Amino acid sequence: MAISLTINGTAHRVDLPDDVPLLWVLRDAIGLTGTKFGCGIAACGACTVHIDGQAVRSCQVALADVWGAVTTIEGLGQPGNLALIQQAWIDHQVAQCGYCQSGQIMNAAALLAEIPAPSDADIDAAMQGNLCRCGTYPRIRAAIKDAAQRLAEV
Amino acid sequence: MASFRKIARRSFLIGSAAIVGGVAFGVYQIRKDAPNPLVADVGEAVLTPFILLNQDGVTVIAPRAEMGQGVQTTLAALVAEEMDVAWEDISVLHGPPAQAYYNQALLGLALPFRHYADTDFRQSLRQGIGQVGKLLHLQVTGGSTSMKDGYERMRHAGASAREALKRAAAAQLGVAASDLRTEASHVIAPDGRRIAYTALAEAVRDIPLSDVALRPRSEWKYLGKSMPRVDMLAKATGTAQFAGDVPLEGMKFATVRINPKRAGMLSYDDTAARAMDGVEAIIDLGDGIAVVATNTWLAMQAAEAVDIIWEEAAYPADTAGMMATIAAAFDRPPNSTLRDDGDVTAEIAGTEVVAAYTVPFLAHATMEPMNATARFTGDRLEIWTGNQAPVMTRDRCAAAAGIAPEAVIVHTTLMGGGFGRRAETDYSVQAARIAAALPGTPVRMTWTREEDMRHDFYRPAAMARFRGVVADGAAQLIDGQIAAPSVFQQSSLRQMGQVPPGPDRAHVEGAADQPYAIPHFRITGHLADLGVPVGFWRSVAASFNGFFLDSFIDEMAHAAGTDPLQFRLALAAREHAPSAGVIRAVGDMCGWTGQTPAHIGRGVAFCHSFGTATAQVVEVEDTGRGIRINDCWIACDPGLALDPAIIKAQMISGAVYGLSAATQEEVTFTDGAADQSNFTDYDALRMHTTPRFDVRILETSGHLGGIGEPGTPPAMPALGNALFDLTGLRARDMPFIKTFDMIL
Repeated sequence: MAISLTINGTAHRVDLPDDVPLLWVLRDAIGLTGTKFGCGIAACGACTVHIDGQAVRSCQVALADVWGAVTTIEGLGQPGNLALIQQAWIDHQVAQCGYCQSGQIMNAAALLAEIPAPSDADIDAAMQGNLCRCGTYPRIRAAIKDAAQRLAEV
Repeated sequence: MASFRKIARRSFLIGSAAIVGGVAFGVYQIRKDAPNPLVADVGEAVLTPFILLNQDGVTVIAPRAEMGQGVQTTLAALVAEEMDVAWEDISVLHGPPAQAYYNQALLGLALPFRHYADTDFRQSLRQGIGQVGKLLHLQVTGGSTSMKDGYERMRHAGASAREALKRAAAAQLGVAASDLRTEASHVIAPDGRRIAYTALAEAVRDIPLSDVALRPRSEWKYLGKSMPRVDMLAKATGTAQFAGDVPLEGMKFATVRINPKRAGMLSYDDTAARAMDGVEAIIDLGDGIAVVATNTWLAMQAAEAVDIIWEEAAYPADTAGMMATIAAAFDRPPNSTLRDDGDVTAEIAGTEVVAAYTVPFLAHATMEPMNATARFTGDRLEIWTGNQAPVMTRDRCAAAAGIAPEAVIVHTTLMGGGFGRRAETDYSVQAARIAAALPGTPVRMTWTREEDMRHDFYRPAAMARFRGVVADGAAQLIDGQIAAPSVFQQSSLRQMGQVPPGPDRAHVEGAADQPYAIPHFRITGHLADLGVPVGFWRSVAASFNGFFLDSFIDEMAHAAGTDPLQFRLALAAREHAPSAGVIRAVGDMCGWTGQTPAHIGRGVAFCHSFGTATAQVVEVEDTGRGIRINDCWIACDPGLALDPAIIKAQMISGAVYGLSAATQEEVTFTDGAADQSNFTDYDALRMHTTPRFDVRILETSGHLGGIGEPGTPPAMPALGNALFDLTGLRARDMPFIKTFDMIL
């Protein structure tokens, strides 16, 4: 039976078994490949998306359990219409291989929505579930602080 | 903008229809022998194998692949610097498999000289032997060689393209080419008239390229500056395309389950799996199975449900057996004695120091598990794969699909981390085989993280035994033995089907080739005959030899009663000024005094690898709730800082990779299979455990060094030496978490 979902403001009907994780619905059925598969067990954060504004690991949310509107990296901002946090990522030249960065950005965006001026300890606590094998952490931290500053000025 | 598809079509044309079109460029030496694989479409010009010009702008065709190291950006800057392209007008694509993109610098690494002792003569020898790479079609991204390889080639391409554009403009403007200048993607006449490069794409097609003198550094606009990375916008918006992101019409989704004991498959029963949701095909791969389904997750579920009886491993079943095999190599004659200064058997007066070290197997654990997307149409195979070796990938996939290499199109996508893992072809070949089994159906194959962890070509486990003598506060003698399986021999066997004879230089890199003047200094390499698959892991053997030698140097410094930093400085100062320079610099950066408060430990370490001297100081703190890594200072000397921000990022990245391994990573084996399966049991540094970094780049070395790997080797001994400074306990076995109470 098809299940209805709202993703980045658009309604979708998905005809997949109930237990298929949201990650694989997004990537394979909808074609939104900005959300990445890294581990499948919520240990790396590469698949982070928002459901009703809350950061979740999409590899752990079954299709039938999606409880609200889904936002992915594509819905956060586009190359021609960047979210402020994406601009901060570019200004700080954060990415290296880039594979984990969609998840990092989505997680950081949720952090800033909850804590507008995060301390180092807040950033440590919020971001430690997001692994980066390139070691871009120092620039991620700088970009988050910069984005917080700019959000405060908006 | 040019597309991957167009580039691939061009490369396919050259393969299938011999020489296409009349656009023959070939003036400077390197281009002369290797045909240009690119073919110009209507309205565009192919100016060398590295530059495509059309109405949309300039596309740089990168001979090396982007895996995060920033190579697309700096290769583009090399072209743009000479060609005067406005930065925003430039885009970059990976080159198709072609001889023109061979890596000239990679084979040069194989020469039996110590890198730090490179003279101009030896550099030219390296270049000379590098030409052999052309014959071998050695299109490989690795060995931290991309800039060494591209530094002149890419600038020459840009310079000759610029002059050709001036000549094309001269004909239109009715002035002499020598009166024209170029700036920001335009040719400009003395009277101020401007013609955009894009408007010259048609006209420049027929202008022959000439060899042009390169600009001096004093005139550089882009090189030497931190350029905005060309891949940053896409990576900040989720639009960067990795191999598993390629959308194809009617695509199916696959995964594999391969023998974790790295042997064959005796039998399997897929009755239950075939009946599962979405499953469309189950394919026998010989050493495992592939499941093709309507969704990747459904394929993964079904793969788990296949009942498989595996063949047993052809190597010792557990870690203890493997380590015993490695230790047994010490008792056999060495494969190499590439350092043998003085006489280590002589009676030397002084204090004797003896130590043994052990490091484990390591996985690459790239963020993106191995994957590839492929489509087989009966006589052709098209494959999208993030890989460090396109020619090898093409040839292996062709063999797997039973077609000629010319019938295979390889799209090298961005890589979600490489670190050496994607120099292998196993995952691409699997995708090719799956696609070949389903003609007409495009298939996106994705490994689970568990498959990735258990089917790596691991950094080998290794052991070392060192004996030293110190007297008068200085090192008098080092006699080191290093035992490990050979990465070079295994990879040679895999890639070329044979093992080159002679000493394995790569096995002792990071130890035998260090710039230390020690009167009696010998390093012997002992190769362990162990069938566990091993491969190129970031900094390769320097990842363990750097730890062995530098940890031992630190032990000797303490035995000599000499400050560890001064001890190293004294050794390096007599042998190699840039190496002494980075040791001195890192001491300045951190305010090294040799003294720390009781709850703080500091360790210094040094390694010269891939042409770049790198020194690091790590500071640790006993917080009362465990030991935390607070700071890491890095000084490096790559000779020339082509892009300082990218160099700093790579140095930090290399150090994080090394510190991750040193603190907690190991692959162990039980019953022939790797025990680790995911980031729960094979983790790395994270936001809260990563130290602060400070990086200084020196430019005193006379030769361009590598960047991607030299940050890794010194990080591990620097941490071990810091832990000793803090606790008084030597860190001789990795990972350190087994001995020290570290906060992770």
